[in-house]
Amino acid sequence: MLPVLPGVGTFGLICGVAMVGSGMSPAAAMALSLAAYAGTAQLAALQLLGAGAPLAVIFLAALVLNLRFALYSLSMAPHFRAATTPRKWLYAYLLSDNGYAHFVARYASHPDAPGKAGYYLGACAMIWSVWQGSTALGVALGAGVPPAWRLEFTVTLTFFALGISVIRDKAMAVAAATAAVTAVLAVGLPYRLGLLAAAGAGIAAGVVADRWTR
Amino acid sequence: MDPLTTGLLVAGLAAASFAPRAAFILFFARLPIPAAAQQGLRFVPAAVFAALVVPDIAFAGGELRLALDNPKLLAALVAGPVAWRTRNTLATILAGMAALHLAERFLA
Repeated sequence: MLPVLPGVGTFGLICGVAMVGSGMSPAAAMALSLAAYAGTAQLAALQLLGAGAPLAVIFLAALVLNLRFALYSLSMAPHFRAATTPRKWLYAYLLSDNGYAHFVARYASHPDAPGKAGYYLGACAMIWSVWQGSTALGVALGAGVPPAWRLEFTVTLTFFALGISVIRDKAMAVAAATAAVTAVLAVGLPYRLGLLAAAGAGIAAGVVADRWTR
Repeated sequence: MDPLTTGLLVAGLAAASFAPRAAFILFFARLPIPAAAQQGLRFVPAAVFAALVVPDIAFAGGELRLALDNPKLLAALVAGPVAWRTRNTLATILAGMAALHLAERFLA
């Protein structure tokens, strides 16, 4: 049992409710959850779809949100260099924020300690099962809720809560504020490209602010 | 949502989620990431989340409405302090949804 599992379960539940709240059928919502296994990207995709964004912009936004996985992948690669290719596919699919965090907490300073692959798979399997199970529960609950409840707004509120919780320093606040202002100014851009413009401006502002405050 | 859009959405998001995870474990095992890219990545969540949230709460019916007669803005003003204090997503959602429904009832 990992201490992070209640948090994973809560977010999975929210994600399930929000997916059907945004108009997905329960089967499609579960297919998306199993195929992508990326809660924030799934929610962002649904929000953008509801706002009329084309699929290309949605995929780009999801890719940007998932770029952090590339960093985890970079840091995990040396540990799994000797694994077979099918195993590597499994390791990559299961890679999650919490699975990565648990693995590095244990093995980053002792890369030669035994049981690495087993520990990673065990932790990831637990996180994956709790995530998919709680998403299924959320999908079942959300499917019984009438549209008047406005469950689609839970997606925005989820990002609002996550956004506030990731702001830990001034540079991060500058990045969020710049992105927010740009998003409002660029709302008229076609294909909801304002989102990508805002994300780019926010990231650039954050990097600049980081250099100034140091 | 029609079946084609759903199918494309699932397939595209699967690819956009698997590719970054597999990038180094499966493919570019020895390729270094530039330091500038690593610095920028730190700001991705804050920037993207702000860009997703703010237009949805600042606009109503296609117009910028930064006034207290905008129910979603009111909901955000209630949910914000809850998020800041508790750092809890579920508490933030419950507060925001309650505020949204109250605001829509009394503003209507």
